[in-house]
Amino acid sequence: MHAEADATPSAVVPAGAEARLQAILDTVLDPEIPVLSVTDLGIVRYARQTASGQVQVGVSPTYSGCPATQIIKSSIVAALHLAGFPDVAVIEVLAPPWTSDWITASGRRKLRDYGIAPPAESVGSPRRLLQPALAVACPRCASTATEILSEFGSTPCKALYRCTNCLEPFDYFKCI
Amino acid sequence: MSELAGTTSAVGSDAPTEARFRYVLRLADTSLILAQRLGEWIGKAPALEEELGLANTALDLLGQARLFLSYATELEGRGRSEDELAFLRDQSAYLNFALVEQPNGDFAQSIVRQFLVDAYLLELYEALQHSADARLAEIAAKAVKEARYHARYSAGWLIRLGDGTEESHMRSQRALDTLWPFVRELFDADELDTQMAEAKVAPSLDAIERLWSVRVDEVLRQAMLKRPTTTPFKWYGKRGEHSEHLGYLLADFQYMQRAYPGASW
Repeated sequence: MHAEADATPSAVVPAGAEARLQAILDTVLDPEIPVLSVTDLGIVRYARQTASGQVQVGVSPTYSGCPATQIIKSSIVAALHLAGFPDVAVIEVLAPPWTSDWITASGRRKLRDYGIAPPAESVGSPRRLLQPALAVACPRCASTATEILSEFGSTPCKALYRCTNCLEPFDYFKCI
Repeated sequence: MSELAGTTSAVGSDAPTEARFRYVLRLADTSLILAQRLGEWIGKAPALEEELGLANTALDLLGQARLFLSYATELEGRGRSEDELAFLRDQSAYLNFALVEQPNGDFAQSIVRQFLVDAYLLELYEALQHSADARLAEIAAKAVKEARYHARYSAGWLIRLGDGTEESHMRSQRALDTLWPFVRELFDADELDTQMAEAKVAPSLDAIERLWSVRVDEVLRQAMLKRPTTTPFKWYGKRGEHSEHLGYLLADFQYMQRAYPGASW
């Protein structure tokens, strides 16, 4: 189990602590998409230090069964230990559920540069099922003449596409 | 399994904790057993893309099962862990629908089973987002987003198979006829379902059935498949009365913990 979260209010925290925590979290990378930090991905809900010195990081899982969640948690703890915070609690925050809309603008750019097309649109209603496919732009040549190869790809968050202009296959980060 | 801890506990629900524990176990077990069945396809799916599709769906279901199981351990409050609930319960203590324990059969049978369940879970999670049980509402809000992908995948395949070749049509109709008797259980409310609906923890199963029927009929129409005439159910998996298949599945699934109690990575 995780270190017991300390319930002391964080009002007496030294000024600048949150910015420092943020800067450390900016260096923690997703193990499966190692160009994205956990902050680019938008999964860090909060990072704060309590009056007793405990650092609490709220993290939302991307997909319920994503095996990277465990690695991400250990990476966050390790990075904070290294930066001189011995008492760290990572707390899973389920609600509101993470959405690919929370990937930052810089995160979207990094995905594209890495060869993964970022989510094409904002999330619609999950109940709509067989809607027409979205226009996904090829991360290499920017053409929207692309087609889906597989709804599921190498990780839970990705689908497989192919560009019919430059003929390259590519990963697409799904909207969820 | 998990070292992450949930941040909320159940509030705002009048239903007795023991009843909620059993209801949450039904949800957990249905996802867990279906995940295990889908996992059996790994290494032998008809194409790499389908292997990824089935495995990714299994992974989501396993993740959802863990969220439910971990909540169940808290409701039970007897110190049993998520792993103990998964690996050390016998067949009659498992509360999944009998539909999800049915063998994979051919690809058509796995897709038909998947679509019937996906369409159900999509409507159920949509409704559970408004549960009086705050924790269930949170898990459902997470799961419904994944359920949409699953249903899109299985509906897409069912249409391709049903409206495909003579052989694929024949096999998908046969699978539908085989599995249809197990569907009744999803909608036949027993005492626990009724109790949960009255406490506003769960939706009324009549409402879910209406929504499910509209969705299923539309996909079957596009797939050129005939909806079988209703046959009485024979199983009550959600009360621990299972078909002959679950025992074999559990023997495989639980082998390691039974043979080497407490073994861990």
